[in-house]
Amino acid sequence: MSEDILLDIKRDYVLSRLRDGERIDGRRFDEYRPIEIHTNVISKAEGSALVKIGNTQVVVGIKLQPGEPFADTPDRGVLITNAELVPLASPTFEPGPPDENSVELARVVDRGIRESEAIDLTKLCIEEGSKVWIVFIDIHALDDDGNLMDASALAAIAALLTTTVPAERFGVGEDFPLPVRDLPVSVTSLIVNDHILIDPSRDEVSVGQYFMTITTDQDDNIVAMQKSGSYLLSEEKFYELIDVSIARAREIRQLLKDV
Amino acid sequence: MNEEKPKLIVDGKRLDGRSFDELRPIKIEAGILKRADGSCYIEMGKNKIVAAVYGPREVHPKHLQDPSKAVIRYRYNMAPFSVEERKRPGPDRRSIEISKVSKEALEPVIMKELFPRSGIDIFVEVLQADAGTRTACLNAASVALIDAGVAMRGIVTAVAVAKVDGQLVLDPMKEEDNYGEADVPFAFLIRSGKIESITLLQMDGRMTAEELKKALELAKKGAMEIYAVQRDAIMRKYRSEEEVE
Repeated sequence: MSEDILLDIKRDYVLSRLRDGERIDGRRFDEYRPIEIHTNVISKAEGSALVKIGNTQVVVGIKLQPGEPFADTPDRGVLITNAELVPLASPTFEPGPPDENSVELARVVDRGIRESEAIDLTKLCIEEGSKVWIVFIDIHALDDDGNLMDASALAAIAALLTTTVPAERFGVGEDFPLPVRDLPVSVTSLIVNDHILIDPSRDEVSVGQYFMTITTDQDDNIVAMQKSGSYLLSEEKFYELIDVSIARAREIRQLLKDV
Repeated sequence: MNEEKPKLIVDGKRLDGRSFDELRPIKIEAGILKRADGSCYIEMGKNKIVAAVYGPREVHPKHLQDPSKAVIRYRYNMAPFSVEERKRPGPDRRSIEISKVSKEALEPVIMKELFPRSGIDIFVEVLQADAGTRTACLNAASVALIDAGVAMRGIVTAVAVAKVDGQLVLDPMKEEDNYGEADVPFAFLIRSGKIESITLLQMDGRMTAEELKKALELAKKGAMEIYAVQRDAIMRKYRSEEEVE
């Protein structure tokens, strides 16, 4: 109950500041919190990254192992993305099988990487029809202070960039860097009272879960979109979201170039 | 995979003979189930889907109740025999995601505040699938909600747009979905015969910002045509009820 009252107070505060044209932390509407990318944080993984967006922290580990290809793509590696919203990351997360939020998180991150063809899966074939590399992207939330989506997507591509295919360990040739050929970046916004708040913090989300995630590739193509939350989106806002998401993604992509 | 990709557009027509902005044949019938409070059967191309609405009714388990408004639940489920290769029964990750975004597409349209402490359950069963099931399901669910007499701000109408062979096409069927370059499912709130806002929006594939804007226009055109069929199904249902009386 006390949580509910706190939430009400936060909501009122966020909304009253919005009426003055301000965000509670003083950011511009299209401004991200500070972003940090740390790679190779888990040496047991084939690739890894810890991403912080403000206080939000996510670690992504990449593991690879040989396995069977899908019947319709016998000469391609397989990509599997999973997300765990572990209870350590938020008082609202509960242990147990993945709920709809973690399933959605994993699937939207997966879509950005898959549809931008960031990983050249044709180079991950060991023996056509029987043996290919399975790439596991595991998203582990550490601290949810809002916008786990963008932090996860960014950590996933950063981790992939540093991934080595462990061929020697499995006796199938020499190790080689994972072929990554695009840099998908997802940009999540909160839509409140005709405002678009880029990279919403957890306090801002107290007004409601009215999200839109737009993922673009390095040529500014849109490769994935997800409207998430029970709200009505106007056409004008949709158009604005496309433009602002492309612009922000370009800037974040620069951070990935240093990885 | 691209090597085996069939040509999807031949002489300016699609594989099933449709033009780019043409829907598949649609059939909608409201009130087809006896036990449910509201129901609907839809065929969109080869898709065959049944939707049922139960409620407003008591919520179980009780702790899910909301003292200020109704709780909406949506379950998208595919029959094992609905697709080429048997689908394992029960929810997979895809169905969980579809159920979530579909619930969120309907929630802002249902007048939940009129039904405190109650639950409205929407169940959709895909009996036969041929691309665009999530949109077809929403079209059916919407009619089933109206059939159940649930108060709504308008009607939800959904349709997808795909990019195939570089061309935007309305309401893709299986081949276009499998081999196409992008798929964008939309759902709209239609009120007083006008599209008011977007309630569902997803996308995977590759499109420029320009193409996406064109896709929205194409989807709106398709949605207005589907809306007419939904409306007709509801009118027919109420007319037949009047005759019985």
